[in-house]
Amino acid sequence: MAVASSLVLLASACGGDEEAGGGATTGGALEGRGPITFATGKDTSGFLPAQVSAWNSQHPEEKVTVVELPESADGQRQQMVQASQNKQDSFSVLNLDVVWTAEFAANRWVEEIPRDSFPSLSAAIPATIKTAEYRGKLYAVPITSDGGMLYYRKDLLTKAGVQPPATWAEMATACQKVQALPEGKGMGCYAGQFEKYEGLTVNFSEAINGAGGVVVGEDGKPNVDTPEALAGLEFLVNAFKSGAIPKAAITYKEEEGRRAFQDGKLLFHRQWPYQYALASKTDGSSKVVGKFAVAPLPGLNGPGVSTLGGHNYAISAFAKNKASAADFIKFMASEERQSANLQASSQAPAWASLYDDTALQAKFPYLTPLKASIEKAQPRPAVVKYGDVTAAIQEAAYDALTEKKQPKQALTDLQTKLSSLITQ
Amino acid sequence: MATTIRAEAGPLRRYAPLLGVALIVLYCLLPFYWMMVSAFRRPSDQFDNSIIPRPFSFDNIKDVFKEGTGFGRGLANSLLVAGTVTILTLVIGLVAAYTLARLDFRGKNLVLAIIITTSMFPGISLIVPLLKLFIDIKWINTYQAMIVPSLSFALPLAVWTLTSFFRQMPRELEQAAMVDGCTPAQAFRKVILPLAAPGVFTTAIITFIAAWNEFLIALTMVQVKEKQTANVIISQFTGAAGRDQPFGSQMAAGVIVTIPLVIAVLLFQRRIVAGLTAGGVK
Amino acid sequence: MSAPTPVAAERPVNQPPTSEKVRRHDEGTGKLAAILLSPTMLVLGLVVLFPIISALRESLYQPGGVDPETGFVTEGDTFVGLDNYTAIFTGDTADRFWNAFYNTTFFTVTCVVLETILGVAMALVMHKAFRGRAVVRASILVPWAIPTVVSALLWKWIFQADGAANAIIGRQVLWSTEGWQSVASVIIADTWKTAPFIGLLVLAGLQTIPNEVYEAAKVDGASVFQQFRMITLPLVKPALLVAVLFRMLDTLRIFDLPFVLVGPHKDSVETLSMLAYDEAFNTRYGPAAAYATVLFIYVAVVAFAFVKLLGADVIGDAAVRKPKKKKKGDSAPPGVGAAGLGGLTAGGGV
Repeated sequence: MAVASSLVLLASACGGDEEAGGGATTGGALEGRGPITFATGKDTSGFLPAQVSAWNSQHPEEKVTVVELPESADGQRQQMVQASQNKQDSFSVLNLDVVWTAEFAANRWVEEIPRDSFPSLSAAIPATIKTAEYRGKLYAVPITSDGGMLYYRKDLLTKAGVQPPATWAEMATACQKVQALPEGKGMGCYAGQFEKYEGLTVNFSEAINGAGGVVVGEDGKPNVDTPEALAGLEFLVNAFKSGAIPKAAITYKEEEGRRAFQDGKLLFHRQWPYQYALASKTDGSSKVVGKFAVAPLPGLNGPGVSTLGGHNYAISAFAKNKASAADFIKFMASEERQSANLQASSQAPAWASLYDDTALQAKFPYLTPLKASIEKAQPRPAVVKYGDVTAAIQEAAYDALTEKKQPKQALTDLQTKLSSLITQ
Repeated sequence: MATTIRAEAGPLRRYAPLLGVALIVLYCLLPFYWMMVSAFRRPSDQFDNSIIPRPFSFDNIKDVFKEGTGFGRGLANSLLVAGTVTILTLVIGLVAAYTLARLDFRGKNLVLAIIITTSMFPGISLIVPLLKLFIDIKWINTYQAMIVPSLSFALPLAVWTLTSFFRQMPRELEQAAMVDGCTPAQAFRKVILPLAAPGVFTTAIITFIAAWNEFLIALTMVQVKEKQTANVIISQFTGAAGRDQPFGSQMAAGVIVTIPLVIAVLLFQRRIVAGLTAGGVK
Repeated sequence: MSAPTPVAAERPVNQPPTSEKVRRHDEGTGKLAAILLSPTMLVLGLVVLFPIISALRESLYQPGGVDPETGFVTEGDTFVGLDNYTAIFTGDTADRFWNAFYNTTFFTVTCVVLETILGVAMALVMHKAFRGRAVVRASILVPWAIPTVVSALLWKWIFQADGAANAIIGRQVLWSTEGWQSVASVIIADTWKTAPFIGLLVLAGLQTIPNEVYEAAKVDGASVFQQFRMITLPLVKPALLVAVLFRMLDTLRIFDLPFVLVGPHKDSVETLSMLAYDEAFNTRYGPAAAYATVLFIYVAVVAFAFVKLLGADVIGDAAVRKPKKKKKGDSAPPGVGAAGLGGLTAGGGV
């Protein structure tokens, strides 16, 4: 519950104005050895202790203590921001969501990462490294990644005699054919995450990128008032209007959508990899066990573009033992640890070659489409005021989807808003 | 007491109140019932909308207490924090309330007004500076960091409530006691306090429930699991995959947190109501 | 600042004026009072006054911006005077502010009116009922006893697209989307939690009204409605007013329910507390503190106006009832009201 995981943030309210300076060593040596703390979101896999004890047994003098932060991303960010603003050495290594990189880097709360001394970087999928950069410099090391995929009902597509779609138009045709089947009657065509929250930013960006548009261009300037972007947004808006996307999907976060898909109410579903294991559960919670498969996201004129998710590890600027912290990150970024983590938690690794391992592929059949998705994926805007930017994007997308504004108008307004927010 | 206007029968007249009672009970308990039903479903048919959980399952309850959630410890912490807040509030508040009810001094109303006004400031903005202060004095992750700020809402309401109770007690009581040779302090302790017991008891329960329900402060001031209260722990439950929200175990935990209060309410409801009517004083 | 009046207004009810003079002879009571009150004032000074002053100070500062050259945020806050306040009332922010202001006011008025009506109705029913009174009293305390966090989760659960609420009404209402339905879901959840308690308070007030009063009214030929209007209402009014006042103060700060049930950034339900939260969430503490202060002023003004407008009535009541000295009923309602403050605040959370 993000809600209440709340005002921790405010903490720093009165902290900012004292002892300016802080620990902002830029690109300097990472020094100091000894025990460190690792701040991470809730470990849902239960595998983290094993990883950490593997490190601790090898490094008795530099033991890692795990600090589990709240489950919600907001709650995690708040606690890390709080610790940073108070310039406390409470966390040495921070497990950052990809969208926080800019904020933490610009505030000099995390150390710059010397690329040369982190061998894992050359083995990581290049797109994941982008998410750890701010203004061309690296501030974190990619550990896990995440990309959207198209879950589809294999059984029904086969029955209707159609291939998994590569474009939105193909998806619509496939859907009509399936709906013509007795089993497909009244079924929803497609859904993603359209509730007004971070998931909407993700889905909106994917629609725009999938039509060849951008939200924020390579030059760091917003450029969302374009025909391409309009085509992308109109795909979603029209799908809502025609009922291809069920009305209820405007309230969907990941979980609501997963439920609909597992209940057999959806033919196509844009979702993260985590759904695969849950929808395959044989305890009766899923009605689509063995009946679905995954493909890369479709786009306007060809395969679509996913928005990048995932987590990167960064070194706190206020950590005492930065050398130990750097070593711990290297350890966690190693192929061995990444592979172990994938097997135990099914989180997508940053390490590229793991996706091609046949043994792993047998266990996680979605690895190939997932890799394709991540390799082509686009990061969300790397801006300091990410909270405001994503709120503006959600506002525009939600207004268009709920037909409060015409898509064109929504994009024009969004362009104005983003231009004033991204002035750097 | 409270008889109605002569029962001149008529089935409608007789049964209408009963129907009303039934409606009220339904209104109050239906959502709570739904919480229980959801708690006792199997996690796999969590989204069933049947009125009775079928099959009946304790899986959610087990999940709540399974190792690593820290929920049992959280309940103990809640008890400790809410209990201490209640005791502190009563000790400090009793003295203040008695003073305000019985002593005559200038600015008395102003003092009461100030005490009431303190409960008007948005809680959000009180917590921030306190957090900063507690960081400075190394109070973060301590029980007192939850207990002391809770006084900000507990104390004003206790003082206000108790003042009203004391004011209703006839002044002659103390006068009689003092004639008998008691000091004012003795008069307070030996005569007033026992007589005010129902009011004090009511205040205690109200304070305890308010403190037991407190969430923001506990969430903000304590980040280590061993010291988090049950409310905070519920809000941080997660499912197996991180993204999934385990409504079932949240509901189960909600039932468990609420049940002690419901039992307390059932046991003491006579007292609570007696205290509320304040008739018990006489 | 604003609250003195309720207290002052109630004093005549509690203390016959005669006793005041008797006590005036006490010497040095001021000193004694100061000593006895110091613990309370000390605690409140620490946990309320100090934070308020800090927040006021904070509201005059703004955090550093991003340096376009380096891309780094400049350290330290700058003093900006009242800029944070004027910013609230200009441009886009003003629209958002007034929308939130309207929502907050609307929630407050609607919830409090509904809760009062329902509460009074419940109390009347319970007052007439002989059988099942214990059950009803116990069950009425249940919504109040459920922690706010848990009740917010419960209602979110009920208002899912495929949840219990839609199953009951038999069609799919998307409760968390913009529009009347999201407003309704918040009002329903809030009313559920607090109306029963108002009912209990009013019941307590009702029980102190001696039966003879009604008997007499009946003899005079008063109808049931007249009895309610002329006897019941005036006698439970002091208790009710205090309850309503504190419910208003609570609802003006409403945050949890709209945030959990509907979500942030939704125009239909965004309240002033949510605006303050949003600013703080984006690490703009100065503006956040400014919003909080504006909200505080609004709350204080409402409280002041409420007491000024209705406070006179409270006194008027007391005057009417004065002849019937030594009545239980005279003293009970204020006590009831006071106790209500506790319970209702408990319901609302911080």
